[in-house]
Amino acid sequence: MKAKHQRLILALAALVAIIGAGLLAVSALKDEAAYFYAPADVKAKGVEPGKAIRLGGMVVGGSLKRAADGVTIRFDVTDGKATVPAMFSGIAPDLFKEGSGVVAEGSFDAKGTFIATNLLAKHDERYMPRELEGMNYNASTHEMKAEQ
Amino acid sequence: MHRFANPARFLKIARPLTGWLFWPGLALILVGGACGLFVTPADYLQGQTVRILYIHVPAAWLGMGGWTGIAVAALMQLVWRHPLAAIAGRAIAAPGALFTAICLMTGSIWGRPTWGTWWEWDGRMTSMLVLLFLYLGYIALANASARDGQAGGVSNVTAIFGLVGAINIPIINRSVVWWNSLHQGPSITLRGSSIAMDLLWPLGLTLLGFSLWFGAIVLMRMRTILAQNKVEARMQRLARG
Repeated sequence: MKAKHQRLILALAALVAIIGAGLLAVSALKDEAAYFYAPADVKAKGVEPGKAIRLGGMVVGGSLKRAADGVTIRFDVTDGKATVPAMFSGIAPDLFKEGSGVVAEGSFDAKGTFIATNLLAKHDERYMPRELEGMNYNASTHEMKAEQ
Repeated sequence: MHRFANPARFLKIARPLTGWLFWPGLALILVGGACGLFVTPADYLQGQTVRILYIHVPAAWLGMGGWTGIAVAALMQLVWRHPLAAIAGRAIAAPGALFTAICLMTGSIWGRPTWGTWWEWDGRMTSMLVLLFLYLGYIALANASARDGQAGGVSNVTAIFGLVGAINIPIINRSVVWWNSLHQGPSITLRGSSIAMDLLWPLGLTLLGFSLWFGAIVLMRMRTILAQNKVEARMQRLARG
């Protein structure tokens, strides 16, 4: 066996070890590295009231209500499996709207309403001109079809 | 590849190739950038803000591509002892770090009007910042070892660092799939693109243009290092008399 081949095998073995270690670390981080809790996580694990977390999901269509003071809004956040009510006082980002993604920072009150201190808008991976808006989108194939 | 172990043979090809990469690259960047700014329609959701895409995506691609290049060069240096590999790794580091920084900056500028924040510690942003720090570490290691007569290349320790750091590349790529994140999921996958064709085509131009440019910068830097080596060798001969 030539020295070159020895080095190649050594380098490949080291590479496999590094990738293995990296994947192990990443899978251990699976929960800790999540940027926000989805409503289903909240329902499954339970988050005690008052604990500062981020809650992420979609704003349920038709759930957005503006209070009389003009700056307080109430809306429901869903991930398709569970839905949580949320409340926020302040200026929401432009992209925050019904049917769109949201990441809210804050904590739950005793009644299970999420009191947000800050709202971030999360948009999906689609980019398109206004003319194409409203077409049916399949997230797994990236295909767009005109509405029937 | 060992045909290019001889620097003279490498230079004979690298010299004209630099121009062939640089000028078409620049033209593609300008044309793609202008089309992205003035020709394509605004996004349905983000409006005009979406146009920063045409710089942000190529910068991200080259920041990650640069480190992939460093890892390949490191492997060639450690296993085949290719004399140009160490020089290539060193030449890639600075433009790679630059494009990573551009990606982070344009992303931050883009995040403020769309997400409502300059910076958040989500998986994608954090792993990209780690990539920038890896580049800075690599450059520091390469500078420290070059003084020990590594002929303008990088030491084996630096190469090993380049190889180990490559683990971050798949992590960046998968960060928006593995973890909940503020950054949206991948738009362009093997199955297709969720960027409508009307908005997508200038991205192809800038992506190719910046890539050609990156290649030109790397070749220029490799030629500079080789020229410095030559000067160094001549000075040493003169000093010996």
